[in-house]
Amino acid sequence: MKKLINAPEAVLDEALAGIAAAHPELKVDAENKVIARADGTRTGKVALISGGGSGHEPLHGGFVGLGMLDAACPGEVFTSPVPGQMLSAAQAVNGGAGVLFIVKNYTGDVLNFQMAAELAAEEGITVETVLVDDDVAVQDSTWTAGRRGTGATVFVEKIAGALAEKGADLAGVAEMGKRVNAASRSFAVALTSCTTPASGKPGFDLPEDEMEVGVGIHGEPGRAREKLRPAKEIVATALDAILADQPLAAGDETIVLVNGLGGTPLIELYVVFNEVAAALADKGIVIARNLVGNYVTSLDMAGVSITVCKADADMLSLWDAPVNTPALRWGA
Amino acid sequence: MNGDSVDTDLARTWVQAIAAAVDKHKDHLTQLDSAIGDADHGVNMKRGFSAVTTALADYKPDTVGAVLVKTGTTLISSVGGASGPLYGGAFRAMGKALDAPTADTQQFATALAAGLESVQKLGAAAPGDKTMIDAYAPALAAFQQHVGAGADFAAAALAAADAAEEGMRATTPMQARKGRASYLGARSIGHQDPGATSTALIFRALAEVVATR
Repeated sequence: MKKLINAPEAVLDEALAGIAAAHPELKVDAENKVIARADGTRTGKVALISGGGSGHEPLHGGFVGLGMLDAACPGEVFTSPVPGQMLSAAQAVNGGAGVLFIVKNYTGDVLNFQMAAELAAEEGITVETVLVDDDVAVQDSTWTAGRRGTGATVFVEKIAGALAEKGADLAGVAEMGKRVNAASRSFAVALTSCTTPASGKPGFDLPEDEMEVGVGIHGEPGRAREKLRPAKEIVATALDAILADQPLAAGDETIVLVNGLGGTPLIELYVVFNEVAAALADKGIVIARNLVGNYVTSLDMAGVSITVCKADADMLSLWDAPVNTPALRWGA
Repeated sequence: MNGDSVDTDLARTWVQAIAAAVDKHKDHLTQLDSAIGDADHGVNMKRGFSAVTTALADYKPDTVGAVLVKTGTTLISSVGGASGPLYGGAFRAMGKALDAPTADTQQFATALAAGLESVQKLGAAAPGDKTMIDAYAPALAAFQQHVGAGADFAAAALAAADAAEEGMRATTPMQARKGRASYLGARSIGHQDPGATSTALIFRALAEVVATR
């Protein structure tokens, strides 16, 4: 393992201290491990809280700020946070209009947020939850834990966050989050495994000429291992899976995320985006907005995920609304 | 304390023995988890049970249940992942069923059943899904069967530990249907489940502390 760390067990605490030092616009509660906006939540505004294992930066702490999250709860690396963290976050940022939990569909995240929602309700805080499960690589059936939540999390946080900023009520913000999730599909391919600081070695071995198809956002292997192919063919595989699940017609408008998993240079992500743009253009599908970069990473994993959201006019308008966070900023 | 009951000291010794076992086997748990999960089970369990050891150090419980509730609450607030709520909820459920200074084998069997019920309710998994339930359910059944046949605590706990380990080994050929391993589909076959493995450690620890008191 070759990492810029001091000690594996100190990584999260020291990274949080670094975030606090780098971003005075954020308030980091080191004890409870909560990252919140320094200026707090406006009274009457619905508060958005998300969280999950660390190692996916900028998710979620990098999306705390105007127009997106009010707070983020980072767990240990690839381990969901604990209910006490989310409760502390809810108490810290509740503006009186209730709290929306944005939860990626991983068993640990779901169980811990569920417990936190019960604890918050006991404290008199109204909580709604949006479960993000956009990953089409996983069969949504009784035979698995259900689809994983991946890249669409950024879309849900941005669009629901913008609606909350406009003053919508909790039910409305939650409904929009669910709509964005329902309209989004993702697919990912890994070229290497990643190495968690605690284990010190790659989560799986992947030969130089092979790729792992259909990975989530952790070190966990995907659904199949195949020979590495050119970007054009990888994109075709991903888009086939996405469009088989969410058919899009000519003229449909989309928001597309081409997301690096942490170990892939931007030049390769642009190669991928070029293929995505060409493939969708062939079908007459419009990329109305896009993001290309590292937004939902898996530590040092090389690879890419592609997320396509079939966006309506409301979503596009909310997408364009001002946002001011460490990792996403425009119009503000 | 007679030979056929559990008191607060024994409950504490049990939990400390689990902590020692988890520490000893943490690399093995992580290695099993890296095959079909995300390689953090050993680390998470160690963090949780270290916190439990600290929490119990100066704790003066009145009941057996209080030890276990404290254990569960500490696990929930320190483990994270799915294991935190599942194990934490199980220990809390066991503890709530033992609201007395001592517990006999029959009461302990009832508590173990409450723990399993909590896991099943929260995780929505069934036997055969390749989870901790595949070790827990046979362990409980063996414990109940031995208690029903008039066995003493040590014999029942030993039977439970053996059954848990057998259940743990039986997860190897299963295809995972819950948790992160489920995403692997058929590729999860051939790997022993880390959760079933840590559950087997918990029952083995019980058998050992009861046998050596």
